[in-house]
Amino acid sequence: MKRIIKSIFLFVITATLVVSCAPTEKKGSKSNKGALAGNAAEKVYVAPGEHDSHYAFISGGFSGQLAVYGLPSGRLFRVIPVFSQDPEKGYGYSEETKPMLMTSHGFVPWGDSHHPDISQTKGSVDGRWVFINENNTPRIARISLKTFETEEIIEIPNSAGNHSSSFVTENSEYVVAGTRFSVPFPQKDMPISEMKGNFSGALSFLKIDPEHGHMNIEFQIKMPGFSYDLSHPGRGKSHGWFFFSTYNTEEANSLLEVNASQNDKDFIAAINWKKIEEYVKNGGGKKMPTNYAHNTWDDDTHTATTEWKKEVLVVDPKEVPGAFYFLPTAKSPHGCDVDPTGEYIIGNGKLAAQMTIHSFSKMQKAIADKAFDGDAYGIPILKFDAVNYGILPNPGLGPLHTEFDTRGNAYTTFFISSEVVKWNVKDLKVLDRHKVYYSVGHLMIPGGNSQTPDDKYLVAMNKITKDRYLPTGPEVCQSAQLFDISGEKMELLLDFPTIGEPHYAAGIAADKIKALQPTKIFKLADNKHPYAVKNEAETKVVRKGNEVHISMTMIRSHFSPDNIEGVKVGDKVFFHVTNLEQDYDVPHGISMIGANTSELLIMPGRTTTFTWEPKEVGVWPFYCTDFCSALHQEMQGYVRVSPKGSNVPISFTLDGDVPGEEE
Amino acid sequence: MKKSKIIMIIGSLLLLGLFKFPLWNITLEAPQYPIPLGMNIHIDKFSDMHEFDIKNINLMNHYVGMQYIPETIPEFKIFPIVIGVMVLLGVIIGFIGKYKWYLGWFILMSALGIAGMYDFYLWEYDYGHNLDPNAIMNFKNPDGSIMGFQPPLFGSKDILNFTAHSYPMTGAWMMFAGMMLTVVAFFLGKKEAQ
Repeated sequence: MKRIIKSIFLFVITATLVVSCAPTEKKGSKSNKGALAGNAAEKVYVAPGEHDSHYAFISGGFSGQLAVYGLPSGRLFRVIPVFSQDPEKGYGYSEETKPMLMTSHGFVPWGDSHHPDISQTKGSVDGRWVFINENNTPRIARISLKTFETEEIIEIPNSAGNHSSSFVTENSEYVVAGTRFSVPFPQKDMPISEMKGNFSGALSFLKIDPEHGHMNIEFQIKMPGFSYDLSHPGRGKSHGWFFFSTYNTEEANSLLEVNASQNDKDFIAAINWKKIEEYVKNGGGKKMPTNYAHNTWDDDTHTATTEWKKEVLVVDPKEVPGAFYFLPTAKSPHGCDVDPTGEYIIGNGKLAAQMTIHSFSKMQKAIADKAFDGDAYGIPILKFDAVNYGILPNPGLGPLHTEFDTRGNAYTTFFISSEVVKWNVKDLKVLDRHKVYYSVGHLMIPGGNSQTPDDKYLVAMNKITKDRYLPTGPEVCQSAQLFDISGEKMELLLDFPTIGEPHYAAGIAADKIKALQPTKIFKLADNKHPYAVKNEAETKVVRKGNEVHISMTMIRSHFSPDNIEGVKVGDKVFFHVTNLEQDYDVPHGISMIGANTSELLIMPGRTTTFTWEPKEVGVWPFYCTDFCSALHQEMQGYVRVSPKGSNVPISFTLDGDVPGEEE
Repeated sequence: MKKSKIIMIIGSLLLLGLFKFPLWNITLEAPQYPIPLGMNIHIDKFSDMHEFDIKNINLMNHYVGMQYIPETIPEFKIFPIVIGVMVLLGVIIGFIGKYKWYLGWFILMSALGIAGMYDFYLWEYDYGHNLDPNAIMNFKNPDGSIMGFQPPLFGSKDILNFTAHSYPMTGAWMMFAGMMLTVVAFFLGKKEAQ
């Protein structure tokens, strides 16, 4: 009896809970309906054949790549391979692209891409290049927005966990790299427990060549061994400065989740790079031996090469007085963001329930007044009250990153409370908040890291999606959420899935990139690849010892030559394949049965190479892998492989004739 | 100088436009070609409307066994001479100023023009009908005869997935205008003579 009463009681309680929960559930689901609420569907609808108004370059995180989306539709156009091999495109597999992934540790097939940033001219994004950092094996890549291909990857020596990177100054003078995992500088064998005071965090300034975009490590600053998490350039009045957020100022080397979270305040490091530039120009800094890879792609030879750099110029902060200051900032700040005017420097104290807003003008005065609160490893710590503009109290939990509109508002992500909060920077007042689903990391407003943000859209990038999409087993997608921020209230318009982890993004008006006329084809006449063949008559097969070099062409819808004999087991066969097409959107692919590599996908006018080491005698087919025409299925050929030591001579034909020698 | 003389000279000089501007244009539209493929015909050459168009027209046409558009044709040697001579003749006639000769020039030019068009038609016919017997795709007309792919001489025509447009270009319009001026010169000259 007692049991029955107990269970009835339980039932009543449960029912009450369900009933009382129901209305809130409904309320919640209404607000997260996005496109069904109001006219959101219309706002994201891009009719078939129409173009989106903005590009969004969203980092692929642990995929190592960079994804290109359209806004407002959220459609994925392209995944640009950057730090990871991509068999779909042959990137990192073809002989020409392998050098792109070369590092001082050898060939690294994978990377962790984090923070894309678009090049700028006069404080506005200009759509020439996207820079993106690799966290694991510290590197920065430059992607051309003419070809949407990775053109350059430079390794960062003396660094580890290249996280506070790859942000660009307002005239693309520099792109920066930082260190999240401080390490011995230079590396050496020493006890881990002796970290404190003995490790360093390198901050690297890479000069960007204004014409071609080539990067060069101009100088590297040997900072105290904190964790440099994120950074942003000063702009407008604060142009010439760079700001880096820090955590683990405790310099803990183990159980960082506790030991790096003891100080109530960490720092934002303010660095006057113009002063350092001058110091370096006058012979300052010390050249240190090192070894790192600088990989560049050449669109004339369609080939990447690795250059080994053996030296880096190191700057000791103590040697450049007036160029380094620490700004005390609430607990373990993640994002370190500068508003469009350059006046406000915002620390997103991820373990604090407040946002710290510093003032650049106050900082200037504090420096003039020498309002110091001691120093850390010789770098003056500015008095908190002397630099602080104000505090935004209790805006949410776990602030991570802030971007801005042109109306004086800031938009901050809160990871723990899973929301985006809009607030006015001057008034320090929260204006609006919106839930995101779930656990938002960073957000992006097109032109967000510039003086001229485009106020229309905001993209929130979420780490967790749980039930937001159809289930796909234990691993579900991460996602982006698009908001309309043109009105007073933020309006959720759209959810769309992303590749890998969308750490960060950069956006730009599509017209800016269209105006620069993205490449459609590579001109055959300009192809300077050593194995390029410009017409079928030039195609050939040449034996050099046990190497067989096939100079082959592809055009709708055949290869030339397509019958090859005289290859032997134990040979190394190089397929140097030129796409003779000169028409937009007519790539051809090629793959060989049993080749221990990926296919090649070759754009019109380009030459690309893969290798094949046949292990068995026989007649082996190769074929075109990209549907090119009505005769795509017929686009194939054969290679005859004879036994080792066979005397079958090299021969190559197309339709029974040696190409170019018609009957 | 008499007005008619000036008009006659200007009219014949307008033909010089043919040395600079294309005479004719053939454009091919298809769903896969949002930017159509096009070829300009000059008095001395074929040229791409957009870079590589002729190469891509040839690539399309090889499926149905059409020949490649030749680099050059004998007409490209003859046409510039004929036009040059006619310009010179027109200018001389203009200076001499006998208005009846103006009409003579016009009739001669018209005859040459018609001959040129007929020649162009013959080339087009051959281009559209002289097909490779090993063509990848063969198409037959409803009556069983082999389908040809001759572009229209003037106007627009649907050919399989393409719509072909064939129209005069700046050079031709300048020539037409010039020829009309010589007719005007004739009537004006006649009036002035009275």
